[in-house]
Amino acid sequence: MVEFAMQHAWLVPLLPALSFVIIVLLTRPWQKLSALVSIACMVSSCVIATLAAYGIFTNHEFTEKPLVYAARWFSLGLPGAPDLVVNVGVQLDPTSAMMIFMVSLVASLIQIYSVGYMEGDPGFSVFFSYLSLFASSMLLLVISSNLLQMFVAWELVGLCSYLLIGFYTHKISAREAAKKAFVTCRVADFGLLLGLLSLQIVFGTLDMVELSEKIHHFQEYTTAGVLTLIAVLVFIGPIGKSGQFPLHVWLPDAMEGPTPVSALIHAATMVVAGVYLVGRTMFLFSQVPAAMELVAVTGAFTALFAASIALTQREIKRILAYSTVSQLGYMMLALGVGSLTASMFHLWTHAFFKALMFLGAGSVLHALHHKADVWEMGGLIKKMPVTGWTFVIGGLAIAGIPPFAGFWSKDEILSMAFNSGHYVLFAMGAITAFMTAFYMWRLIFLAFFGDEKPENHPHESPVFMTAPLVVLAFLATVGGLVGTPWTPWDINWANWIWFHEAHHAEPNYMVMLGSVILAGAGIFLAYQLYYVDKARAKAHALADKYRALHTLSYNKFYIDEIYLWFNHSIVDGAAKLFFLFDIYIVDGIIINGIAAVTRLFGEGARISQTGRLQNYALVFFLGVLAVAVILAFTNPSSAGLMLGGVK
Amino acid sequence: MQIDLSLLIPEIALAALGMMVLIFGLIIPKGSRQGLGWFTTISLLAVIGLVVAGWNNQGSLYEGMFVVDRYAMFFKITFLVAAFLVALGSMRYVDKYLGDQSEYYSMMLFATLGMCVMASAGDFITLYLGLELMTIAFFVLVCFRRMETKSVEAGMKYVLLAGMSSAVLLYGLSLIYGVTGSILIPEVGRMVALNPSPALMLGLVMLVAGLGFKISAVPFHMWSPDIYEGAPTPVTAFLAVGSKAASFAVLLRIFVEALPGIWANWTMLVAILAAVTIIVGNLVAIPQTNIKRMLAYSSIAQAGYILVGLVTASEAGIKGVMFYGFLYVFATVGAFTVAGYFYNKTGSDEIKDYAGLAQRSPLMAAVMLTVLLSMAGIPPLAGFAGKFYLFKTIVDDYLWLAFIGMVMSMVSVYYYLRVVLVMYRDDPPEGSAPIQVSGPVTLTLLVALLATLYIGVYPGPLSEIVNSAAHSFFVH
Repeated sequence: MVEFAMQHAWLVPLLPALSFVIIVLLTRPWQKLSALVSIACMVSSCVIATLAAYGIFTNHEFTEKPLVYAARWFSLGLPGAPDLVVNVGVQLDPTSAMMIFMVSLVASLIQIYSVGYMEGDPGFSVFFSYLSLFASSMLLLVISSNLLQMFVAWELVGLCSYLLIGFYTHKISAREAAKKAFVTCRVADFGLLLGLLSLQIVFGTLDMVELSEKIHHFQEYTTAGVLTLIAVLVFIGPIGKSGQFPLHVWLPDAMEGPTPVSALIHAATMVVAGVYLVGRTMFLFSQVPAAMELVAVTGAFTALFAASIALTQREIKRILAYSTVSQLGYMMLALGVGSLTASMFHLWTHAFFKALMFLGAGSVLHALHHKADVWEMGGLIKKMPVTGWTFVIGGLAIAGIPPFAGFWSKDEILSMAFNSGHYVLFAMGAITAFMTAFYMWRLIFLAFFGDEKPENHPHESPVFMTAPLVVLAFLATVGGLVGTPWTPWDINWANWIWFHEAHHAEPNYMVMLGSVILAGAGIFLAYQLYYVDKARAKAHALADKYRALHTLSYNKFYIDEIYLWFNHSIVDGAAKLFFLFDIYIVDGIIINGIAAVTRLFGEGARISQTGRLQNYALVFFLGVLAVAVILAFTNPSSAGLMLGGVK
Repeated sequence: MQIDLSLLIPEIALAALGMMVLIFGLIIPKGSRQGLGWFTTISLLAVIGLVVAGWNNQGSLYEGMFVVDRYAMFFKITFLVAAFLVALGSMRYVDKYLGDQSEYYSMMLFATLGMCVMASAGDFITLYLGLELMTIAFFVLVCFRRMETKSVEAGMKYVLLAGMSSAVLLYGLSLIYGVTGSILIPEVGRMVALNPSPALMLGLVMLVAGLGFKISAVPFHMWSPDIYEGAPTPVTAFLAVGSKAASFAVLLRIFVEALPGIWANWTMLVAILAAVTIIVGNLVAIPQTNIKRMLAYSSIAQAGYILVGLVTASEAGIKGVMFYGFLYVFATVGAFTVAGYFYNKTGSDEIKDYAGLAQRSPLMAAVMLTVLLSMAGIPPLAGFAGKFYLFKTIVDDYLWLAFIGMVMSMVSVYYYLRVVLVMYRDDPPEGSAPIQVSGPVTLTLLVALLATLYIGVYPGPLSEIVNSAAHSFFVH
């Protein structure tokens, strides 16, 4: 079984793709059947992924040498010596095995949840087909053995996010958000594409294993400066996809989609693709310190920046969205300080607690008929105990309270930043940890505790929705235990997923204690402001006292407005210029000119195409003559031959 | 010398089948001859199997007059696949409009036989015999709707013009024979290099004209729009695919094997012809309002693209021609099958009547969309891979030609997408019913669709096969 799963890991992305095709072509009219097909394929895919991951994680040799099955996609040039060979295949090593397991598991849970959440929606079947395609693209992305193949999947993920964010096509905001996500990512993808093309040009391959060997002694191919440039170009892609500053703007708006989609985007697919890509190409980044610094600084800044916005937001999903941006910053920070282990570890734990919290938020919205402002909620935990308590677990995990999952991974990142000597970045991370605990518990106290609002009539969600919550809550609780400093080395995260060499982290009690204190302080502050003080007078007073800061944070530092201004002034100005050019030069002269010539040509052809046989015969023989003349004139020697018979 | 008849199995099988179908037509009473369509289709599938089974069995017969190499076999597979798809897709059309099933299918089989002989021809006589066998079968097919004036007119025109072009071709062949003293193609190749004379050049001109007529290269293309429009639609499809591919097989055989010695003399000529054909085909396709006429001009343009592969006379070029010829089968048959079936149901060939086809028959619209985009060379469809292989051979030395090819591909998108626009944007006319697509047609369309997608997404396997076929061309 395990052997079969490892050899046929290509089935993992293929099965959901198959269910997409089946639903679109065949079962769309039958909603229940479509959901069944989709979930069946997803769960089978998850089973195969689990078995394959089991196979990888019981065999230590794959940490050194990944298991690659590849086939020739196409090649150019002569059979013997092709100029360009592109393979497609699957690459299984602990990192990708972990990812396929996590992605397929979370996607399965989200699909099960969607049965309850999307009930009665006219686009029910279509929704499931999109979810399948989304999961399939993401699985293809993580399992790719080739960067070109990965790029294809990367774009597919972008397309699916566009389709799903804009799923409620009747909502203008959803359509706008979908466009924003797509366009923002396109901007970033352009950089990535340039980076990949440069890699192909310089190193002649995009195959991951081959590329890592060649880059290992890149001096034979290029200079460090060029390589840095390439790394920066590649990094632009993840900046967009993983919502790093300054291209984070699309991510909070992406919650316009149905909540299961938000969960899928924020937890398992899409946004972690960027982190994963950087992790996958660590062999490139680790060669160029400047690029590494860029990754680290971008990550740390994004973490702090997004957390400071989340402090004041009012909509439940918006708070979660900014927390995602912030957590992604952590992952980037970990990569930047050189720890693939910590980054992937946080990706893993984050997937569970963030999926949990988004699905929990979906459950709340479902109960309150899409009333999203946390200030208008309150006391929900009494009416919705499962949703409430699982959300609390998520809150503990993200705040970094031991022994919940988030504590271990966040601690690992902070101690890595500290140990590598990035003290400033460490401090930024630590402050972020405090803020995270505060804004997340602010949400929890406001929404789930306190007085019930009489106008709300909440009710617990159906079992289709609560069951995934319970599973995810369990994972968010214990998911981090695989990577603690005291976990036996054989099953320790750090022994399996690493770059360059496995590194056993000694427990850094100072960092550990510090982060617990910061988290505790954040929760305590939220408790004081939003739970003890029922009227929340202190909170309002605080907001009034720092009105300017509060406004800045509440308005997301006006980044969207700055982009808008840029668009209106500079882009539109340039557009006006191009418009005039287009109207008068392109349309006026070039297009109309071509059209006139074409029309003339068509007329000419119509006249010559008389339908009369003798004319056709005439043209034919004129053609023979013309060919003779061309032959005579295109080649001097034959001209001589034809005209004079000179040899 | 021992004659290995196993090399001739596909041709023998085709000849026997053609006669059997004729005889069946005499035996079986008139009302119940529909089964002949299925019989022909399945037999063609079996013949494809025979050719594929003989893939490793290469050799030549009759002192080199009949050559069976992988190059020939690949082209035979192309013709047979085209015949199979056309027969499969045209059953309803034949029953409804043509009536005489046995004559129709047997003529198709004989035409296919002619094409196979052309692909295997090792000398000028065999070549000419195959060519005439094919052409005469097509004379009958083109005017098969004998009560329809357009069809008969097309048939008459085709007889006269094709006869004229055959005469020119024969004249050219005889001149070359006169100069070199041989009709065997490899032998001619050896002599040509030694003795380039004005008579040889004149022969070359005649060859270009005679074969240019068959592939409808500009300026020898005048016949094709009229005949494509007038002929029954399945015949048009077969004419556009089979006849053209067979003529390309011969063209390559003669130019690359018999005339490489004077390559420097004809390479520019071929490049210019390709360029003119691409330009004229695409530009004149723009104002067309009849779908068959539009496809006729588009097929002229496609011939121009394929001709690009001949310019360098290299293995890569031959590979490009074969690759494109093969994928072109699916694109063209797909498009004409939709057109034929649409005519079958609505009696119209006008593009404007395709309004709302996407709602009336999603499958037909989807296939039309896919094959048109493939012809335009949009990735990830087969046409893109094919054009890529073709133009890659000339980028270094004939950049201007590649440039013309690209620009004109863009132009072609305009008239292809116009059909798509009408199909998808416009609403169907009031009171029009959905079009139910019959089983065999569905099968044809699905094959065309999937093959176009498959070759485009994963060109590797076909490319390997074509490589080995192109390679066999150079090792005798």
